[in-house]
Amino acid sequence: MVNLGFSIGDLHFKNPVMTASGTFGYGPEFDDFLDVSRLGGIVVKGTTMEPREGNLYPRMAETPSGMLNAVGLQNKGIDYFETNLYPCISEYDTNIIVNINGSYVADYVQLAERINSLEKIPAIELNISCPNVKMGGMAFGTNLDSAREVTKAVRSVYSKKLIVKLSPNVTNIADFARVVEEEGADSISLINTLLGMSVDVVKMRPALSTITGGLSGPAIKPVALRMVWQVAKAVRIPVIGMGGIMTTSDALEFLLAGASAVQIGTASFIDPQASVKILEGIEKYLIEKGFSDIKDIVGFINRTC
Amino acid sequence: MAKRIEDFEVIDNKRINNDFFILDLFSVNKLPDIKPGQFLQVKVDGSPETFLRRPISMHDVDYDNNAIKLLIQIAGKGTETLSKLQNGDILNIIYPLGNSFSIPGVKEKVLLVGGGCGIAPLLYLGKWLKSIGIAPDILLGFRNSERIIEYDEYLKIGKVFLTTEDGSRGEKGFVTAHSILSTLKYDRIYCCGPDSMMKAVAMYSRKNNIVCEVSLENLMACGIGACLCCIVETVKGNLCTCIDGPVFNINDLKW
Repeated sequence: MVNLGFSIGDLHFKNPVMTASGTFGYGPEFDDFLDVSRLGGIVVKGTTMEPREGNLYPRMAETPSGMLNAVGLQNKGIDYFETNLYPCISEYDTNIIVNINGSYVADYVQLAERINSLEKIPAIELNISCPNVKMGGMAFGTNLDSAREVTKAVRSVYSKKLIVKLSPNVTNIADFARVVEEEGADSISLINTLLGMSVDVVKMRPALSTITGGLSGPAIKPVALRMVWQVAKAVRIPVIGMGGIMTTSDALEFLLAGASAVQIGTASFIDPQASVKILEGIEKYLIEKGFSDIKDIVGFINRTC
Repeated sequence: MAKRIEDFEVIDNKRINNDFFILDLFSVNKLPDIKPGQFLQVKVDGSPETFLRRPISMHDVDYDNNAIKLLIQIAGKGTETLSKLQNGDILNIIYPLGNSFSIPGVKEKVLLVGGGCGIAPLLYLGKWLKSIGIAPDILLGFRNSERIIEYDEYLKIGKVFLTTEDGSRGEKGFVTAHSILSTLKYDRIYCCGPDSMMKAVAMYSRKNNIVCEVSLENLMACGIGACLCCIVETVKGNLCTCIDGPVFNINDLKW
């Protein structure tokens, strides 16, 4: 028997495989393909106080080994989530984490307060790294003072586990990790998408309605891995790694580099079963390598080099 | 109907002309109920440039032989790779996806309008309509006579009317210029083709008070309503082409 569990403070996850916000809907979208309750956790679609229509079409462009998106946080708002989605997804036997977004610090605070009262939501992921909205999002995650301010404000009203999702679009990501840890974050997840762009040469115009968008997929994996490694060395709180994980081997790279857990994102678009396949693969790897606990491999490379 | 992820075997790959080919796919499993208008997502292996699945509509479904036909236009790297598949090759497919064309009333006079690659979903739709006792008329538009495809297949369903842009066969012009639209009265039109064509057909339908449904072909990533990339603006807000469509009543679209 291998122990795959990990914890953020006193919040236990049965295994280190979660799904990334914006790539897994709310869970039911994937019910036909896998048993969502097998996962360590799911991070549901980015949620805001008010409903948002998101950006104009086209919002997506395929790129080599990846894709750009500019969805722009389309969601039906917290009221709809609480009334219509929460009752049905809270049946899942897994940690359901809500990714929260806002234009102002007050939005984040209000949302955190609302979600604090939802019994079956043990954690929030504070999204200070969305590159696809004009106000808020990445603006908080690319300025140290703003990152500090919003983390501090949310921490003061939110009593459960606070995960802060960092933007890779910064010079030194470890600085941001240290700041949010200082302000009371319980965990850090990274990376959000990298700001990118694509031009349609046939139509001679940008491929996305917003011109720029967030790059995800295997194309960003080496960058994500480097940042996860840097952050894991900079903080004591658990780090959740993501960015282009498609296979078991990709996930293991993040764990070995110091991530306590991983999130599977874009991979779910190509193979909706990717997350459970990776979970099975990690277990198999541990058995084959003779490890009895996932913790034995977390940050393994940092012990030897 | 539950969505599935399944391997299909290529049992035929027939090149029709420079641009089009038909893939015949076989599953060892019994096919689920597939509704006309639904589509599938094909995984295209072999290149980092074909990272995402390709959404393709179902041209024909053969329940007796667990086979699905896809009519595909070579439009980029993904479809080019698919055009080179050989018998025995395996394709990973997620299906059946999306909604479907609505069921017309038994007495309704139905017209199917297709242009170019957009004729693909209309064959299975036509066969399905025929199976429930409705014989639709079919209006197909192509650029010229050399580009006409699958004509004989549509003849098996109903009366087929043609337009070509250069007049080399059928009536000259776009589908909306065809004389049947001014001489015959239809209750319902199902349409699939280029956006400009569908918009013109929508305008005609609205003017003549005809129920009209169009099948959209937006860029997609997941195909199952998770990524919210394939949205279309509707009177109900932004909806996903993959789960709320691909078939939309024109009254719901902001056209």
